[in-house]
Amino acid sequence: MSSLETKKSGRKLLLGAYIDFIRIRFLTMLAYRVNYYTGILIYSLNIGVNYFTWKAIYGEGGSAGAALGGFTLTQMTSYLAVSWMARAFYFNNLDREISTDIRDGSIAIQFIRPYNYVMVKMMQGLGEGMFRFMLFMIPGMTIAMLLFPVQLPTDPTAWTGFLVMLFFSFLINTQINVITGLSAFFVENNEGMMRMKRVIVDLFSGLIVPISLFPGWLSSILKLLPFQAITYLPGSVFTGQVKGVGIWNVLGIQIFWFLALLIPMVWLYHAARQRLFVQGG
Amino acid sequence: MYYLGLIIEYLKNYMKTRLTYRADFWVEVISDLLFQATNFIFILVIFMHTNSLAGWSQSEVIFVYGFFMVPFGLFGCFVNMWNFSERYITKGEMDRVLTRPAHNLFQIFLENIDPPSLFGSIIGLIIMAISGTQLGLPFEWWTIPALIILSLSAVAIYAGIYTALTSLSFYSDAPTGIIPLMYNIQNYGRYPVTIYNRAIQVLLTWILPFAFVGVYPAAIFLQREEMMKIALLTPVMGAIFAGIGLVAWNYGVKRYKGAGS
Repeated sequence: MSSLETKKSGRKLLLGAYIDFIRIRFLTMLAYRVNYYTGILIYSLNIGVNYFTWKAIYGEGGSAGAALGGFTLTQMTSYLAVSWMARAFYFNNLDREISTDIRDGSIAIQFIRPYNYVMVKMMQGLGEGMFRFMLFMIPGMTIAMLLFPVQLPTDPTAWTGFLVMLFFSFLINTQINVITGLSAFFVENNEGMMRMKRVIVDLFSGLIVPISLFPGWLSSILKLLPFQAITYLPGSVFTGQVKGVGIWNVLGIQIFWFLALLIPMVWLYHAARQRLFVQGG
Repeated sequence: MYYLGLIIEYLKNYMKTRLTYRADFWVEVISDLLFQATNFIFILVIFMHTNSLAGWSQSEVIFVYGFFMVPFGLFGCFVNMWNFSERYITKGEMDRVLTRPAHNLFQIFLENIDPPSLFGSIIGLIIMAISGTQLGLPFEWWTIPALIILSLSAVAIYAGIYTALTSLSFYSDAPTGIIPLMYNIQNYGRYPVTIYNRAIQVLLTWILPFAFVGVYPAAIFLQREEMMKIALLTPVMGAIFAGIGLVAWNYGVKRYKGAGS
């Protein structure tokens, strides 16, 4: 066998291994699916409380048909529902998993295996995401639609645009998680950083308040950061704030951030391999 | 007396371990405050678009928030059971705790003590003072004692709920993942609960009584007549929920068989 062929079959094996990582994580999640029933309940409650809060705000602010930051109450409700349920999909604990691997030293074994550690983590995240999409987001969204006046987009391009963008939300959020996790190589205890990241992502992505409602100076800063690509941009497409050609523009922003975040991720990974020392090992 | 001595010893130990990771202490303080800032920003953004929330002004809502931060900081410092299931059940540290004479729950609280959270309480007091002055609230002889009693009752409610939820890990070895999800819900007790529909009001008052950690007790200081009566129930609710937590916990410990490794 020539060396080229060995390389080819090796690559095939590796690809198969990556797909297995997706599959195994999916099955592990399936074993713990009961957690996600409580998850659906609690996410619906989150949507409900936010819905009533906004309803009170719209009610006090004059006529209920008025728009705040370009959102009518119905659009706001749809935005809330889809944003929380999108979070149900893209959320994962890769940051915690990676920093645990680093702190207990098991990352050393992972590094000598013939695969790319970050790639494996991304694949596991994808397996978890697929599970969350099917058993958390879809049923959750259905329940939210039954409970609250959510309006689904009628335009098929909005649907396609949203679904593609949702996948990029997942990628960008996962990249941020991987970067936060790998930072444990440099600060040893990154508990605080992980917490900070979670808070920043929830607030700056527009999950808690849509970015257009922030004061002008803050929203113009947030438009320069990657976080809006996680919640606000797909949410705007879903609620019809962004239509037609605009969808291409916001998708472009997401792709830009996806590519831009690859740089620190790959750099951290390489720097980490140079720096590895195991605490107390 | 014995327990008081233990608290001091644990605190000393905490300081020693913390001195090795000095930067972490500040990172944690900052990340806690950032978390609070998020909620604060939410309130500010809301009031950019409306003058009142179900009849409550911005200063009043901020005052409620300040009050909430006081018990929340105390709770974060003394009751910190985030990774109980992983650390004590999966890794078997519960066995070590059970062989010692002090009550096991007390030991677990102290092993996970987290003083940086107390910064939140201090900021909460400052917020209360500032917005209280803006609102021209009277400072009576009972203000401080009431604040202490209500804060401790609120901490008891929190501790009871979280202890009961954590004790679930004695029954199932799988991580339940309920506690992180709970974290959002507790925020909702800080807004005037009258804006919610009946079901959510009942939930936040009687089932997961987070309203007793925010808006109800704060109503006493704000002299909100409509919530006065229910606010006086705060210590009762504290006692009931602390009781539920403790019973659930003790029952769980009795059933605990060890990780079996």
